[in-house]
Amino acid sequence: MLSRTADSLYWVSRYVERAEYLARILEATTRLSNLPSSYGGTASEWESCVKTAGCEELFEQHHQTANEANVHDFLCFSPDNPSSIRNCIEIARANARAVRTALTYEMWDALNSAWLELKKYDGRKLTRDDFGRFIEFVKTLSLTFDGSAYRTMLRSDAYWFSRLGVYVERADNTARILDVKYHVLLPETERVGGSLDYFQWTTILREVSALTAYHWVYRESIKPWLVADLLIFNRQMPRSFASCYENISRFLDALGETYGRQGPSQRMARKTLSTLANRKMGDIYDNGLHEFITEFIDDNNRLGSTISEQYLV
Amino acid sequence: MAAFDEMSGFDGTTRDAYAKLETWLKNTPPEEFATRRSQADVFFRRIGITFAVYGDEQSTERLIPFDIIPRVITGPEWSVLDRGLRQRVTALNMFLKDIYGPKECLRAGIIPEDLIYRNAGYCLQMINQPVPHDLYVHIAGIDIVRVDGDTFYVLEDNARTPSGVSYMLENREVMLRLFPELFAQHRVAPVENYPDALLATLRSLAPRTASRDPNVVLLTPGQFNSAFYEHSFLADKLGIELVEGSDLFVRDEIVYMRTTQGPKRVDVIYRRIDDDYIDPLAFRADSVLGVPGLIGAYKAGNVTLTNAVGTGVSDDKAVYSYMPEIVRFYTGEEPILKNVPTHRCREPDALKYVLDHLPELVVKEVNGSGGYGMLVGPHATKAQIETFRKKLKTEPEGFIAQPTLALSTCPTFVASGVAPRHVDLRPFVLTGSNGIRCVPGGLTRVALKDGSLVVNSSQGGGTKDTWVLDA
Repeated sequence: MLSRTADSLYWVSRYVERAEYLARILEATTRLSNLPSSYGGTASEWESCVKTAGCEELFEQHHQTANEANVHDFLCFSPDNPSSIRNCIEIARANARAVRTALTYEMWDALNSAWLELKKYDGRKLTRDDFGRFIEFVKTLSLTFDGSAYRTMLRSDAYWFSRLGVYVERADNTARILDVKYHVLLPETERVGGSLDYFQWTTILREVSALTAYHWVYRESIKPWLVADLLIFNRQMPRSFASCYENISRFLDALGETYGRQGPSQRMARKTLSTLANRKMGDIYDNGLHEFITEFIDDNNRLGSTISEQYLV
Repeated sequence: MAAFDEMSGFDGTTRDAYAKLETWLKNTPPEEFATRRSQADVFFRRIGITFAVYGDEQSTERLIPFDIIPRVITGPEWSVLDRGLRQRVTALNMFLKDIYGPKECLRAGIIPEDLIYRNAGYCLQMINQPVPHDLYVHIAGIDIVRVDGDTFYVLEDNARTPSGVSYMLENREVMLRLFPELFAQHRVAPVENYPDALLATLRSLAPRTASRDPNVVLLTPGQFNSAFYEHSFLADKLGIELVEGSDLFVRDEIVYMRTTQGPKRVDVIYRRIDDDYIDPLAFRADSVLGVPGLIGAYKAGNVTLTNAVGTGVSDDKAVYSYMPEIVRFYTGEEPILKNVPTHRCREPDALKYVLDHLPELVVKEVNGSGGYGMLVGPHATKAQIETFRKKLKTEPEGFIAQPTLALSTCPTFVASGVAPRHVDLRPFVLTGSNGIRCVPGGLTRVALKDGSLVVNSSQGGGTKDTWVLDA
């Protein structure tokens, strides 16, 4: 297929995934910030939310302090933020339109309908109820788009590039949550009998839609190291590092096999996957959780560039 | 001036072909029509059929208005059109081959030399340059208007990159969905085989050096082009890659596309980019849409461009005025389709007549298109007429003039209900090395403004489904 087509497919998926991620962190933050302060609800959550979205510097250029209204606006609608949800949907749709022929009708319809509906939301005029509906709308878009891809696309290179976009973006998103919140996941922050951090931990789990999953996997109350374990090592958890890399590696191998040629991106993905398979939370705490996460983010970015060099230009 | 109505002729008697439609219009409650029209609108918007109007910043994507009342052509009417179209396109191809080759028509005095040599569409690089299979116009859109029960005129020949065929196909799809019962009552010839016919045509045009399974691509200027929807629609229906200039490159006079598996050779390019922009090395150096070296590969015979480079000369409206002579000269037959009587302003007598009768005439630029740069005398203000008078005096060779035709009308939904609106017809004619194909139908464009004769979508025109009834 055309390199440009593959590139667009990859980025359509990345942007849809990113939009959903932003919606989920906004939803979790809203919930946390509404708690009484004795339960850990503070205004500083909005700063943390901006950091988790990865646009702290840009935000500070436009706003002095972070509060619910300006963070909502900045992350959802602001033209000043190239990664706002609105921009993500618009860029995804522009990419999709450029490669209409490579998408199935259902995928196009999901994205194009959302793009048409997006015009109904005027950021500054949204009530809290409206905002809730907006968040639902964004989550529905990614479910519909992703579901359409899964249910309607041929299992060929187009599908694999589109999937790679999802998982590279998702790995980055999960890592960003951990990067911002890693300090509440260190073992020494655990306190006996009820903790302010409890709500921080559940917020992290909500941000990756894993609160219920946690209980099914560990069958015990929420422990920070188990939260970290779930998000980093657990292959059953669809947003964990390990699960993302299992998928990345699988789809890169499918490409390599079909094209009859392996390359640097296959090797990089396999290396990260084996690191994740061979290490335990204990090692990571010993060597520094933050360092581990930062390194993972860098590696993941490098993989993105390598995929691009190998296939997309 | 009373116009012939496709449904009720001149005298208000419903023509046979429209009898069932008339009953349907009469018996269907207005709310039902309103619902169907809004469904059609939703359908078009959701599948993303939009077009852009240049210079209209607010709406990079707009829906082209669709009218749900079909335009009907009878079997016998179509069979005349079909023969006429084949004859005309055959003559066009022979004419182009001639003027870029032996130039017999010039020696025979069929057409004045300077009309060719000084024509902006005449491409010097194509002189004595063989093209694959000696064919130039592979995809033609011939604009036809009707003025009475028997008379169809060719209004213009589009031999460069005619657009609109996606509307022909999508309008039919929408009608099939919305009004299945109408299709049960009428035997409407299908148009859905157009993409297959187009692909067969394109493949037949591959250069002789191509493999047995030629790689055909569609070259688009990109998603900001007004017809981008059509480009992606056609590429999808044909199952070929939709490429932009940057996806292609030329090495050793061979064209390749950049793929995830490395370079892949390209044999046939259905290009929807104008000659001027197609290769910055050969034509406009500032074009970023084209492919450097493409014309070199083309001239080396390693790739087919459809349509060929240099076909614009036959789109010229002064050349058009010689089409009856051109058809006779090359085919030895009388033209089946008539030309609109045309005054060539380059001729002093004609110019004098035109200047004396401006308020009655339609004046067009010889190389204009899209309904831009024309004067419709009866609808023009005095100031507009005077502007054209000046233009005509300064550069008479840049214009032709025609009587204002009473284009036929067709019943159309407008704000006040159903009213007659002027229509034209653009059928699409495909020419490959294995013959001419012409699917029964075409794009009917309708001028939605009361009394307007300008049907172009860029000027507020709409479209209708076109039904050719199986006799």
